[in-house]
Amino acid sequence: MGRYLIRRLLQTVVILLVISAITFFLFWATPANPALLICGKDCNTETVAQVNATYGFDDPLIVQYGTYMQGLLSPGGRTIGSEGSERECPWPCFGESYQNGIPVWDSISDAFPATLWLATGAAVLWLFFGVMLGLIAALRKGKLIDKLSVGIALFGVSFPTIVFGYLLLFLFIVKLQWIPFPDTANAALFTVGPVKWLQFYILPWITLALVFAALYTRLTRANMIDTMNEDYIRTARAKGLSERTVVFKHGLRSALTPIVTIFGLDLGGLLGGAVITEQIFSITGLGKLAIDSVLGNDLPAIMGVVLFAAIFVVVANIVVDVLYAFIDPRVRLS
Amino acid sequence: MTLGVTEAQSPEGGLPADHLAETAEAKQIEGRSLGQIAWARLKKDKIAIASAIIILLIIAVAVFAPLIVKLNGFPPDQFNKTNADGSPLLNTRDGGIPIGGLWGSGTSSEHWLGVEPQNGRDVFSRLVYGTRVSLLVALGGTIIAIVIGTVVGMVSGYFRGWVDTLLSRLMDIMLSFPSLLFVMALTPVIADRGQDLFGIPDDNKLRMGVLMFVLGFFGWAYLARIVRGQTLSLREREFVEAARSLGAGPGYVIFRQILPNLLPTLLVYTTLLIPSYITAEAALSFLGVGIKEPTSSWGRMIADASDWIESNPLYLFFPGLALFITVLAFNLLGDSVRDALDPRAGRG
Repeated sequence: MGRYLIRRLLQTVVILLVISAITFFLFWATPANPALLICGKDCNTETVAQVNATYGFDDPLIVQYGTYMQGLLSPGGRTIGSEGSERECPWPCFGESYQNGIPVWDSISDAFPATLWLATGAAVLWLFFGVMLGLIAALRKGKLIDKLSVGIALFGVSFPTIVFGYLLLFLFIVKLQWIPFPDTANAALFTVGPVKWLQFYILPWITLALVFAALYTRLTRANMIDTMNEDYIRTARAKGLSERTVVFKHGLRSALTPIVTIFGLDLGGLLGGAVITEQIFSITGLGKLAIDSVLGNDLPAIMGVVLFAAIFVVVANIVVDVLYAFIDPRVRLS
Repeated sequence: MTLGVTEAQSPEGGLPADHLAETAEAKQIEGRSLGQIAWARLKKDKIAIASAIIILLIIAVAVFAPLIVKLNGFPPDQFNKTNADGSPLLNTRDGGIPIGGLWGSGTSSEHWLGVEPQNGRDVFSRLVYGTRVSLLVALGGTIIAIVIGTVVGMVSGYFRGWVDTLLSRLMDIMLSFPSLLFVMALTPVIADRGQDLFGIPDDNKLRMGVLMFVLGFFGWAYLARIVRGQTLSLREREFVEAARSLGAGPGYVIFRQILPNLLPTLLVYTTLLIPSYITAEAALSFLGVGIKEPTSSWGRMIADASDWIESNPLYLFFPGLALFITVLAFNLLGDSVRDALDPRAGRG
C-alpha cells in the first residue's frame, strides 16, 4: 500500500508539472504581443518596451515559465515588476491581472467559495437521487418503475444545461415568482441567512445536478444489475441472509465502487468552475471569473483559473485512486 | 518493435485466399453476423426508427437551409422593420419588443416563429441556419476525436511496451485537463492567432474550424482508453496470430484485422459524441467564445434571448427546444444502437 501511494503521488506531481507547462506555453505562446494587450490604447514603442521589461516578455519563454513556476513553488512567492517598481507577490503567485492589476490569486480565492457551495450542493443532490433511482430501477428491473427511471435518466442526460437552467429560471423566477431574481452579489450563508441563501442556490443546484443525476442513475442501475447476478449474491441468499442485507451490504457496496471513481472526477472538475450554471444564475464563481478573463483577454487570470481547476482534477484523481485501493483490495495487488 | 511496416508484407500482398474463404465459411455456420443482427434489432426498435427519422429531418434542414429559408422569404441576417402591409414590426418606444404575436414574440403568418427583439431578424430563418452550425461543428469535432482516439488507442494497445506507457500517460494527462475551461480559453486565442499567423480573417468559418479542432483535440482521450483495452485483448486472438505467422505487418494487422472489430464500439461512441458536441458548441457560443454575430447559432440565440426572458419567453423557447430535440434524438439513437450491438443480449 505504501509503495502504491508513493508511486501515485510521484505520478501526480509529474502530471501537474506537465499540465502547468502545456498550459503556460499554449497561452503564452499564442497571443501575438502581450505587451500590446496590456498597454491598451496609448501604446507607443516606448511604453511597449517598458511593459516588456516590466513583465519580462523579452526573456525566452522558458525563462518566463521558470519565473512563473517560482511564484507557485517557492514559499516566498516572487517579485513582479522591473527595477524601481518591484512589488512582492506572495505565495501562491499566479501573477497579476492585466486588466485591473489585482493579484490573480485574490480573484480566485474570492470566487472560490461560491463555486464550492454550488458544486457541493449539486453533488449532494445528484448523488442522492442518482443512486436512489438507479437502485430502485435495478431492483425492479423490467417493471414500470424501472422503465420510468430509465426514461427520466435519458431525458435528463439529453437536457442541455443552458436549456434546463433557463427553463427553471423562467418557471420559478419569472412565471411563478417563488424566488426573486438572482442578485449580482453572491449570497453568503452567514450574512444573508439560510432562507435567502437557499433561494439563491436551489435552482443552480438543480440545474447543475440534473445531468449528473441522470448519468449516475444509469450507472448505478447497470452496475447493480451486474452485481446482483454475481455468484456471491446467490451465496449470500443461500446462507439465508435477509434481502435487505443482501442488497445493501453485498450488492450496493460493490456496485458503488466504480461510482466513487467517477464521483471524485466529476466533483474535481466542477470545483474548477461550473461555467454555464454560474453564467445563467449570475453567480460570481470561478466559472464566471474564467469567462470574464477569456472575454477580456486577461492571460494571467485565464492561466490562473485553468491551472487551479487542473489541480483540482488531478488531486481528485489521486484521492479517488487511494480511496479505491482501500475499498477494492484487487487494485493494490496489481 | 518499431512503428510502421518494416520487413513485413505490404497490405496489398494481403492475406492468403484460403484465410478469407475460411472466415466466409465460418460466417455461414454461425448464421448471421453481429452487424446483421444489430440491423434486424434496430429495425424492430420503434424509438430507434423515430429518432433516426428526426435526425434525418434535422440533417435535411441543415443541408437545404437556403431553400427552406426561401419558403418564408426572410434571409437570416436581414433586419426587418415592417410587415408586408407596412405596419411596424417592432415597438421602438419599448426597447424594440415585437408587436403582437403569441406572448409578445411577433409570431405571424409572415414570421412563423416570431422575430428577434430590436433587430427584427426572423427567428425561423436563424434557427434553420443554426442547424448547420450545430451539426457541422459537432460532426467535425467527432471525426477528429474518433480518428485520433482510434489511432492512438490501437497503436498503444498493439505495440505495448514503452509506446503504450507513453501514450497511456498522455491519455491520463488529457483526461486531467478541465476540458470545457480549456476549450473556452483556447478558442478565441487560436482564432486570434489564425488571423495573425496565416492572415485568415477571424470570421465564423475560421471559428467553426477552431471549434471542431479544439473539441476534437480535447475529446479523444477517453475513446483512446477504450480502444486500447479492446486492442490489447484483440491482438491475442487466434486470427491475429495466424495473420502474423503468415507475415502480416503491424499496419495490416492494426487496420485490416483489429479496426474492423472495433467498429461497433466506434459506432456507438460516434452517436453519443455528436450530441455532446452539439451541446458543447451551443454552450461555447452561449458564453460568447464560439460562433459570433452575424452567423446564427442556437447557443448564441439562447444567450441573446436570455435578456428578454420576461417580455418575450418564446424567443428563448424555440432555440432551446431545437437544441433539446436534436440532442435527445441522437442520444436515443445512440442508446438503441448500443443495445442492438450488445453481444450479451443474446443473438436472436
